[in-house]
Amino acid sequence: MTKVRIPPMLRPAVGGEREVPATGSTIGEILDDLTARFPGLEGQLAYANVYLDGEDIRTLDELETPVREGATIILLPAMAGG
Amino acid sequence: MTTYRELLNQVKSEIDEVDAVEAARLLSSDERPLFLDVREQDEWDQGIIPGALHIPRGNLESRVEALVPDRDRPIVVYCAAGARSAFAARTLADLGYTDVVSLSGGYTDWKRNGFPTAAPRALDPEQRQRYSRHLLIPEVGEEGQLKLLDSRILLIGAGGLGSPSSLYLAAAGVGTLGIVDDDAVDATNLQRQIVHSTDRLGEPKAESAKRTLEALNPDVTVKIFQERLTSENIDRILGEGWDVIVDGADNFPTRYLLNDASVWHDIPVVHGSIYRFEGQVTVFAPGEGPCYRCLFPQPPPPELAPSCAEGGVLGVLPGVVGSIQANEALKLALGIGEPLVGRLLLYDALAGSFSDVTLRRDPACPVCGENPTITEYIDYVEFCQGPRVASAAGVSEAGAHP
Repeated sequence: MTKVRIPPMLRPAVGGEREVPATGSTIGEILDDLTARFPGLEGQLAYANVYLDGEDIRTLDELETPVREGATIILLPAMAGG
Repeated sequence: MTTYRELLNQVKSEIDEVDAVEAARLLSSDERPLFLDVREQDEWDQGIIPGALHIPRGNLESRVEALVPDRDRPIVVYCAAGARSAFAARTLADLGYTDVVSLSGGYTDWKRNGFPTAAPRALDPEQRQRYSRHLLIPEVGEEGQLKLLDSRILLIGAGGLGSPSSLYLAAAGVGTLGIVDDDAVDATNLQRQIVHSTDRLGEPKAESAKRTLEALNPDVTVKIFQERLTSENIDRILGEGWDVIVDGADNFPTRYLLNDASVWHDIPVVHGSIYRFEGQVTVFAPGEGPCYRCLFPQPPPPELAPSCAEGGVLGVLPGVVGSIQANEALKLALGIGEPLVGRLLLYDALAGSFSDVTLRRDPACPVCGENPTITEYIDYVEFCQGPRVASAAGVSEAGAHP
């Protein structure tokens, strides 16, 4: 099980939680698990960057990136507020 | 009993000296040593060896460690004629400085030989007092403070983020601040926009900010641009020449426009954004690190882009994030420390925690990548109302805004 940090803009889709657990051995599986349980996330994840232990998965193996036990995943969409 | 002459000869026999010709060679050499001027203030004011550091003889022991922390740095110490500098060289050796020489004929001989001199730039007594806490920091000091007074920093927005960052930059003595904002002070702003005040309600924010900042520090000139940043005016505004831009905009169209312009104008941007209890800060330094589009290639759809007006923000949050932006801007202006290039700092006010993620340049970035596909400005208009795109660039709606 991996903990996924949810940014404030996406929290309404996960019942207001700041962090939710998810299962899967790759980023893709974990995101699938999330959208299966929280259908409201579907479509929104496309605009969020995904960081595995501080690294953008676009610089790793994207959705194929393996996720070890205890890793930290951060979802990060752009914020415009100033 | 020892006479002055005997003491001077004694000291001179214990130190190394160079003449003006050798010193001039060192000044123009690659291993250019530090020239340390130990004369009094009034002598310094008359003219100096270019680039010299000034520590009057009487303050040498107490100040030199802070101003010259590297004891192995080569130093040429000089005074008017080579006597005080001989004593100073001896003192520096006692303090553990390993590579010190005294200029034998002093500044007088240097000048007589026709070697280059410079008019010193110095803080006036009031500035010395105002910035005394900066002058005590070796990384800033008088040289750094003069650099700040010469610096030009442009703030996009005089709102939540622009308030604290502009206040701190003005207080720090950044000589020229530009402010771009077309909005007016509204009652709902005052919970966080501390550069304004209740008696400014209805006043243009740029003017209100200018009044506050110039009252805080008369050394600062505030240049206001009472307009919204667009593809029409951005080249004119950025073209006025800025060392750093602080992005405190409150909308995506401005942020993307600014990003593209800053890449093309080659100006670093200190990016900050906030929402409710969370903030993000990073530095986009063209050529050195990623740009905003490397991070987020295109704006999100409006339903995922709530503004502070829609989503709310804790009043103090922009205080934290804007202050970090001011700190990064000062580091860039001074050329010190490690700017947040390639790192996105995340602040979670509820958790009371900072974390950061690594940002990398995207070789496929549409603006700063190897084969840029965006080469002209895009005005993303009416963004908040709907996904319509006005394209000044021939970028298709689909391409710019899926």
